[in-house]
Amino acid sequence: MAAPMLRGCCLGRCWALACIDSGSRHGRGAATGFTSSGKRGQSFVAQQPLLTAQKSRKGEHKWAAVVGLEIHAQIASNSKLFSGSQVHFAAPPNSLVSFFDASLPGTLPVLNRRCVEAAVMTGLALNCHINKKSLFDRKHYFYADLPAGYQITQQRLPIAVNGSLAYSVCVGKKWRQVITKTVRIKQIQLEQDSGKSLHDELRSQTLIDLNRAEGQLRVDANISVHHPGEPLGVRTEVKNLNSARFLARAIDYEIQRQINELENGCEILNETRSFDYKLGCTVPMRDKEGKQDYRFMPEPNLPPLLLYDTASLPAGADPQQVINIDRIREQLPELPSETREKLIQQYGILPEHSFALLNEVGLLEFFQNVIKETRAEPKKVTSWVLNIFLGFLKQRNLAVNESPVTPSVLAELLNLLDRKVISSAAAKQVFEELWRSKGKTPSQIVSEKKLELMQDEEALERVCHTVMEGHPQVVMDMKRGNPRAINKLIGLVRKVTHNRADPTVIKEILEKQLSS
Amino acid sequence: MLGRTLQEVSAALKQGQITPVELCQKCLSLIKKTKFLNAYITISEEVALKQAEESEKRYKKGHSLGALDGIPVAVKDNFSTSGIETTCASNMLKGYVPPYNATVVQRLLDQGAVLMGKTNLDEFAMGSGSTDGVFGPVKNPWSYSKQYREKRKQKSHGENEDSNWLITGGSSGGSAAAVSAFTCFAALGSDTGGSTRNPAAHCGIVGFKPSYGLVSRHGLIPLVNSMDVPGILTRCVDDAATVLGVLAGHDPKDSTTIQDPGKPFMLSSLTDVSKLCIGIPKEYIVPELSSEVRSFWSKAANLFESEGAKVIEVSLPHTSYSIVCYHVLCTSEVASNMARFDGLEYGHRCDIDVSTEAMYAATRREGFNDVVRGRILAGNFFLLKENYANYFIKAQKVRRLIANDFVNVFNSGVDVLLTPTTLSEAVPYLEFIKEDNRTRSAQDDIFTQAVNMAGLPAVSVPVALSNQGLPVGLQFIGRAFCDQQLLTVAKWFEKQVQFPVIHLQELMDDCSSVFEIEKLASVSLKQ
Repeated sequence: MAAPMLRGCCLGRCWALACIDSGSRHGRGAATGFTSSGKRGQSFVAQQPLLTAQKSRKGEHKWAAVVGLEIHAQIASNSKLFSGSQVHFAAPPNSLVSFFDASLPGTLPVLNRRCVEAAVMTGLALNCHINKKSLFDRKHYFYADLPAGYQITQQRLPIAVNGSLAYSVCVGKKWRQVITKTVRIKQIQLEQDSGKSLHDELRSQTLIDLNRAEGQLRVDANISVHHPGEPLGVRTEVKNLNSARFLARAIDYEIQRQINELENGCEILNETRSFDYKLGCTVPMRDKEGKQDYRFMPEPNLPPLLLYDTASLPAGADPQQVINIDRIREQLPELPSETREKLIQQYGILPEHSFALLNEVGLLEFFQNVIKETRAEPKKVTSWVLNIFLGFLKQRNLAVNESPVTPSVLAELLNLLDRKVISSAAAKQVFEELWRSKGKTPSQIVSEKKLELMQDEEALERVCHTVMEGHPQVVMDMKRGNPRAINKLIGLVRKVTHNRADPTVIKEILEKQLSS
Repeated sequence: MLGRTLQEVSAALKQGQITPVELCQKCLSLIKKTKFLNAYITISEEVALKQAEESEKRYKKGHSLGALDGIPVAVKDNFSTSGIETTCASNMLKGYVPPYNATVVQRLLDQGAVLMGKTNLDEFAMGSGSTDGVFGPVKNPWSYSKQYREKRKQKSHGENEDSNWLITGGSSGGSAAAVSAFTCFAALGSDTGGSTRNPAAHCGIVGFKPSYGLVSRHGLIPLVNSMDVPGILTRCVDDAATVLGVLAGHDPKDSTTIQDPGKPFMLSSLTDVSKLCIGIPKEYIVPELSSEVRSFWSKAANLFESEGAKVIEVSLPHTSYSIVCYHVLCTSEVASNMARFDGLEYGHRCDIDVSTEAMYAATRREGFNDVVRGRILAGNFFLLKENYANYFIKAQKVRRLIANDFVNVFNSGVDVLLTPTTLSEAVPYLEFIKEDNRTRSAQDDIFTQAVNMAGLPAVSVPVALSNQGLPVGLQFIGRAFCDQQLLTVAKWFEKQVQFPVIHLQELMDDCSSVFEIEKLASVSLKQ
């Protein structure tokens, strides 16, 4: 009974989104549909062609891989898909379990309106056809964390079908070249999650948590390989992948493994596998008595889910009782691809930066708020937000909304820099200080630490003079035409002035004094 | 007092002729005296007395809640009752105490009804005799009636009377016996294929199955979700309407209940039936139908006709496929619904712990009887991928045809259908168990079960006593959600037939109150 890995690490009330890939391709690329909707930053994986090269080396025909993803994503709702009990991340085990969640006899599912709206909105965002009538089914299997003995899902007639997602990938040197790809979405379905099993091998116990909704996202990848022009190969399913990186690694590994097996004259079994995170390989799962027959049947306690649009809305319908697809379409926020395009147009920023801004939750808003309050160039702001600000967050493992530096504080700092009140090095110093001493403004820190650029040119000239006198060898080098020598002198002057002098001004003074 | 109808005793409570506590005590005492009927699985004496005291306080303050305040009621043991064991007459749920009330139970309690206990049934309501529960069979109170005993004496077979007791029918036999033996004034049953109407007919009381979607199923431990309906058992049609008025209406916890706000079900007294059209389905005239029941049926048709109603023969052509179709749909849903009983969260768990699978298997082997296990096996077979299209899908299509039969008949101008409820009167237990549960269910549900396929309201009304001195019931079937019209017709009919009251004196000769039954059910209060 002990499964080799934790099951159902996510989704109380969740929908599953099954993307069937657009067909054969060389190399991988399946992970990208995931990343563009993913929540983690820097997960935008570069495409590394890995198969074709090896194949041609062996001198055989090329292999093509086909990858389909079943994505289980948790809906951000306050209560579960079919019960009124709440959803909280990291709540104590079994603390959010209604009588229905525990499958007490006589309890009935009640569909959560918010979850339906979220599914419709997702369907619209993914260019799906929204089914105005969809059905719920029971999928049966015995497992300790499935207390009803069945899961309510949408097998026969799901809420949305036939969608597509276009996404861009950066390729080439420095990832400057952007190409667009498309994945097809087969269907989106509302599905109840199972509970979570925790296997205690020591005491040979299995503990069950029926809170559910613990993980945000979980992916099962179906993978097969074949020679182009020939029928598709036998597929395997790698289950329970919960990060973009592991998904990509599991797919890469599995494709390679299948090719190796086939080239060694072996067969691929239609089986379920899991990904061993430590070893970086996929292993067969100890399957529950081989092939399962889920004995699907209609869920009799939920009437067909009917959706309307403005044209089909029955007159006098209670708005609380109906869902209008057109209303949801109006509420659809700007999609990431549009946002990225706008950023490039409006601020002239690089495409790869537009991805970076959108990949981190809250970062775009932060960026836009800084832009609103500063006179600094958008490119400058982009560089600060993506390099310095994001770097600080990553180092400390913080989310954007946890940052002690607010957009207006950063804007003020960039204004000081823009007005040349401080040097760029001093600005970084101020930024670090802002992180440490919450509540202080950049101006306060600048004046406390005396970081203003020296405006007194005569004083600066004196400092330059002193430095040149103290380093005759460097001055000689400079006179001999060594271009690096001046930089050394600039550095020395800056050090003496505690970074308060503008390097361009120093350079001018030094050059003037040399030639005099 | 105990022999009165719900409406009568409600009036007596209002007038102070009896207090809720006195009434409750009388019922409790009678429940104990009739314990051998095995009508109750659990007697909730303490809770009942407490509820009666609360009710009494309300009456004293003049703030009584309505027609049900202080009225003793019983509930079939497949409805969840908070804090009261709910067993479904199965080893699987012995000792299971639900933490919540079924909506229908809650609605009764909210109206001040006093819950006397949980009544016996076939295990998980699978049966038509109330003979196949883990707590043993329910005995039909009519077995001990003066009417039946006198007839038997005339025949003087000299058999041992005690071994010749009759079944109640089922699966809500405990509820039917409880109402019939005057231990409560109304009881909840459940009706999936006739489980309320069948025992009502055998026990000489009114058994009403409301339209599917009118009454919440939340808390009813399901047999077949798409057909289950909470049923009402009372001594007269008016009482059934009173209880329906309390139970009916949308329940946010049951998505299959209709949204329309519930209206009070006050039945007018029909005086003129000349505008009515009564349909007699010709497919219900089957060879197995006893000649006596058949004759009561035609007499009833004649009665309507003689009073000016239009009585016509109609056809429900797919009736003969109904039982087989029901078998596929019922067992399939049973297989699914029973999957949750795995010994993990609640209910019975075996001692075996070699593996979770072994624990499941042994728990379910020990927890369910042969009938339940047989249906689970059959249902899982029908749901297998390779069989689904051949069985389940086809059965669903047949179900649609059966439902359409009724739609066509009602569209042709028929208001109400009149049919028998059962093939014959109740049979002795020893006779009944000669056939297995499946055969019996197929025979006994024959007139009742198509109604569940179509979700229609239907009511069994006692008509007369057979030659053996046993009650015979006839069934009225109405249009979906025309429950009130259906009950109005049933009420008119009830008044015409003046069904005799059960005489249980010999049985309870030390229970003086029961002698009051002389002025009972047939006398309707004029209000």
